[in-house]
Amino acid sequence: MSTTVSHLDKVKDGPWSGGKSPWNLEYGKIMMWFFLVSDAFTFSAFLVYYGAQKFAQPSWIDADKVFQSIPGIAESGQPLVFVGIMTFILIMSSVTMVLAVDAGHRNKKDEVVKWMLWTVLGGLCFLGCQAIEWSHLHHQGFWFGRNPATGLTEQSAIVEALQPYFTKEISYTAALQFANLFFTITGFHGLHVTIGVTLNIIVLSMTLNNTFERRGTYLMVEKVGLYWHFVDLVWVFVFTFFYLI
Amino acid sequence: MSNHDHIVNHDADAHEGGMDKKRIWSVFFILLALTALEFLIALGFVHHWGILQKGMFVNVVYIILTLAKAYYIVAFFMHLKFEKSGFIICCSTVFLFIIYFIVLLLVEGEFLRDAMTHQAIFPHQ
Repeated sequence: MSTTVSHLDKVKDGPWSGGKSPWNLEYGKIMMWFFLVSDAFTFSAFLVYYGAQKFAQPSWIDADKVFQSIPGIAESGQPLVFVGIMTFILIMSSVTMVLAVDAGHRNKKDEVVKWMLWTVLGGLCFLGCQAIEWSHLHHQGFWFGRNPATGLTEQSAIVEALQPYFTKEISYTAALQFANLFFTITGFHGLHVTIGVTLNIIVLSMTLNNTFERRGTYLMVEKVGLYWHFVDLVWVFVFTFFYLI
Repeated sequence: MSNHDHIVNHDADAHEGGMDKKRIWSVFFILLALTALEFLIALGFVHHWGILQKGMFVNVVYIILTLAKAYYIVAFFMHLKFEKSGFIICCSTVFLFIIYFIVLLLVEGEFLRDAMTHQAIFPHQ
């Protein structure tokens, strides 16, 4: 009798041979990742469409001339400063989120609570800034389906209304498309931030209720953290394509 | 947590390998520096000193910086770098479709721009 095991009978022990999780990840976390990948597709579609519109129009609005105020400090002449503050707030709240996840790994409830509170606060600050930005733009005359020249009939009045926002020749269509896409995309992002803040508050109260302590794992903080970082990631792209380029 | 020897033990604790407080803050400072660089280009070089013009070159620089930031957020904050390679491939290769989509819409956009500048929209009026 031969004692050598034939090649076929050998027990397979690779990651995909069954019996263990091949990615070594918890199910909910994988599902969160897959959701985020699909959500990234949605945002990509929005931003790619924005880029295509901008590319297709002979003239486009100058972002530096639309966004140039710092609420409460300067009415005009300061492009990028306010949105820079918003970007900083969001990156900062992303960092506090990682610190919360890190504290969760070490099962330190107090630290998780502290960092989650900072994250919620950062999210709320960002939403506040976005509300200011929206109302400012609305005051200038931009809204869904509307730009500062909407409703004007005289040629000179239209030129006067749109001239401040263009460096090249003015374009009614471009201003309208810009307004629609700006409010749609930042609105969709703002919706994500709102959901993110809500999830963070839920996780924070679950932490305070000792739910995770009883469960023995702070994995839920990690999953919500993934979502929160994704919101930050989308903002990085929105910032580049709306404000810089 | 103090896994400093860079041989991350994936089987034991794949979720905990790699990110400690020091690393988190260093990633934060990288993100901050990249953002600051974008501001330096936009406000300093383009707006204030006028060394660079708005156009293809600065746009490419902005996009590269943005992708670098995206890499740091996804790889370190979202911890993807420390997951199994199969999972990394699974979540990242699908974005080839986005690259294809960008190319498609740029081609389409160029056609439209050409059509709208050189051809009358209502030829019979």
